[in-house]
Amino acid sequence: MTDDSRYRLAAPELAQTATDDLASWANDELAGFLTRRPESRDEYRTGSGVPVERVYTPAHVDGDWRDVGLPGRYPFTRGPYPTMYRGRTWTMRQIAGFGQAEETNERFRYLIAQGQTGLSIDFDMPTLMGLDSDDAMSLGEVGREGVAIDTLPDMEALFDDIDLEQISVSMTINPSAWILLAMYVAVAEERGYDLDKLSGTIQNDILKEYVAQKEWIFPVEPSMRIVRDTIGYCAENMARYNPVNISGYHISEAGANAQQEIAFTMAITKAYVADAVATGLDVDSFAPRLSFFFVSQADLFEEVAKFRAVRRFYARMMKETFGAQDPASMRLRFHAQTAAATLTKPQPMNNIVRTALQALSAVLGGAQSLHTNGLDEAYTIPSEQAMKIALRTQQIIADETGVTSVIDPLGGSYYVERLTDTLEEGIADYFTKIEELGGVVAAIEQGFFQREISDSAYEFARRKASGDRPVIGVNKQIDAGQAEKIETHELDPESEARQISRLKQVRDARDPERAKHAMEQLLTAAADPSANLMPATIEAVKAHLSMGEITGALRDVFGTYTETPVF
Amino acid sequence: MDTREEPIRVMLAKIGLDGHDRGVKVVARTLRDAGMEVIYTGLHRSPEQVLDAAVQEDVDVLGVSLLSGAHMPIFTRIFHLIDGMPERPRFAIIAGGVMPDEDVDALTAMGVAAVLGQDTAPDTVVERIRDVSAPAREA
Repeated sequence: MTDDSRYRLAAPELAQTATDDLASWANDELAGFLTRRPESRDEYRTGSGVPVERVYTPAHVDGDWRDVGLPGRYPFTRGPYPTMYRGRTWTMRQIAGFGQAEETNERFRYLIAQGQTGLSIDFDMPTLMGLDSDDAMSLGEVGREGVAIDTLPDMEALFDDIDLEQISVSMTINPSAWILLAMYVAVAEERGYDLDKLSGTIQNDILKEYVAQKEWIFPVEPSMRIVRDTIGYCAENMARYNPVNISGYHISEAGANAQQEIAFTMAITKAYVADAVATGLDVDSFAPRLSFFFVSQADLFEEVAKFRAVRRFYARMMKETFGAQDPASMRLRFHAQTAAATLTKPQPMNNIVRTALQALSAVLGGAQSLHTNGLDEAYTIPSEQAMKIALRTQQIIADETGVTSVIDPLGGSYYVERLTDTLEEGIADYFTKIEELGGVVAAIEQGFFQREISDSAYEFARRKASGDRPVIGVNKQIDAGQAEKIETHELDPESEARQISRLKQVRDARDPERAKHAMEQLLTAAADPSANLMPATIEAVKAHLSMGEITGALRDVFGTYTETPVF
Repeated sequence: MDTREEPIRVMLAKIGLDGHDRGVKVVARTLRDAGMEVIYTGLHRSPEQVLDAAVQEDVDVLGVSLLSGAHMPIFTRIFHLIDGMPERPRFAIIAGGVMPDEDVDALTAMGVAAVLGQDTAPDTVVERIRDVSAPAREA
């Protein structure tokens, strides 16, 4: 017995008493009851398949008080800040984007008027893939799933009348993220803003693209260089900007379970940090600006435990593996989004309830910002009405339920503490496997993550089909007869043509000499791996080169990526 | 019920920029487990590439998965390309993914043999593929 015994969550005497009580209870109360009334299934598991006990006691908690601790203090299990929602509720950040920049700008202003506190931009597929609206592959996609951005004038229109020093802007964008960041910087410079005052995020998490979301332009290596360049640029020029938002969300939506989501996200995080450190950046110079994005799934307690486990794992990794000194480098901050893949087309109003419960687990898990999905998610992009209900859901949780008064209210629950430990250990198990494969990039190239995700997705589909995983309205409580009708968002059919014609106008109206010179500078920077790509890209967008022109020219330098699918 | 020996040949395709491949991979495995031969094109194909490949592979069914909302323009393009072919290919075309109800009617009118959604049960997917492949296999 060491001094450490004073930190034990359950003293040995208490644990022994609980074990004894559990044994006598199993004999006296449980056994007879079970014969009269059997349980609904033979074994119970969490959403990610962790077997769970009937009831938890101090005997199940073999942890240490120092692993739980206090919010705002290492290892940050209970939250990144000492006051959490007492100081400020989470940022209510509903993502929006469709059509042309002007249409999305209008939706943003509507959301701000409804009490939204941060902006989040969804781009259309061509923008996400770095293609212009007039590219042959863009057919039918322009302005469809998000807003179309081709050139700097689109970005100017997107932020028209929105004060970027006052509101943070999150951009869900990956392989083309650095170009959007360049446009954002260009708009800010035109308006005379102080770059150090701008707060916001680009997702820019390219590794999870190869793993899950499948948006890419270049091969892994030059893509990692671009991520590194944005991290370096922001560390020097944008004190409050998050250059990478490392995302488990898409890994989950692609089919991964909660355990895989956090394990793969941490493996990817380790790869980015190791890569940046290898180029000579001091870990404490950029790590405080790393931010995260997780799903908030259906299994309420597992989700809360997941958020706690990943915060603790990250803190330890940053301190122990990377030698971070600044506590801000060890403090994981995350955005959460409710799980789109859980929403159903039948009985769409049920989706409001699903989303509310998932949002609650994000809040109980200590999210810094939250997007709640629209009830029409399984139909199309959300209508104004659906977004309003989704935002109101967050406001009701914040103002009516009282859950914001106490930090990490489930901390100390025998079950949640035990599950937190299990999920944290699960990350370490995956790390061992990934190391054996030669690290994250090698594991991607061997299809390891892709296969793991595909297996979980298939397993889930089978459980849903057999009814083992009930989905109300789909495999249980199915309505006979006419389906409920809901109002959905209508895309303006003229939007695509308008966008293509604006792109042509911008190309025609620009100074050809400046554009040509900017392109040469960009190619020179690209060919020199020790150069930072950001300054040349900022000049390129200011010269009104389009996104497709920029990525097209760089494809000749960097090459392209093709996936060998595994299923 | 199909009485021929050869398994049903199905090509599953992702067209356009849409990267949502969870559903199409689950369907690929489901059909394979049901004894069918499945060819998956991978992501980011053009309508031209997919039609060429389906003809080359002599499939019974071509399933196109779209969750990007671009199904109307893409299927319009597919049927436009088919109209321009010297001979109409024998395979049946089905759609899968996220598609609003009113578009389902329009797709059917265009010539899509079945539209399967994210909540379609795996057994139903197998049944529908068997149904729609029958005329193609007679041909």
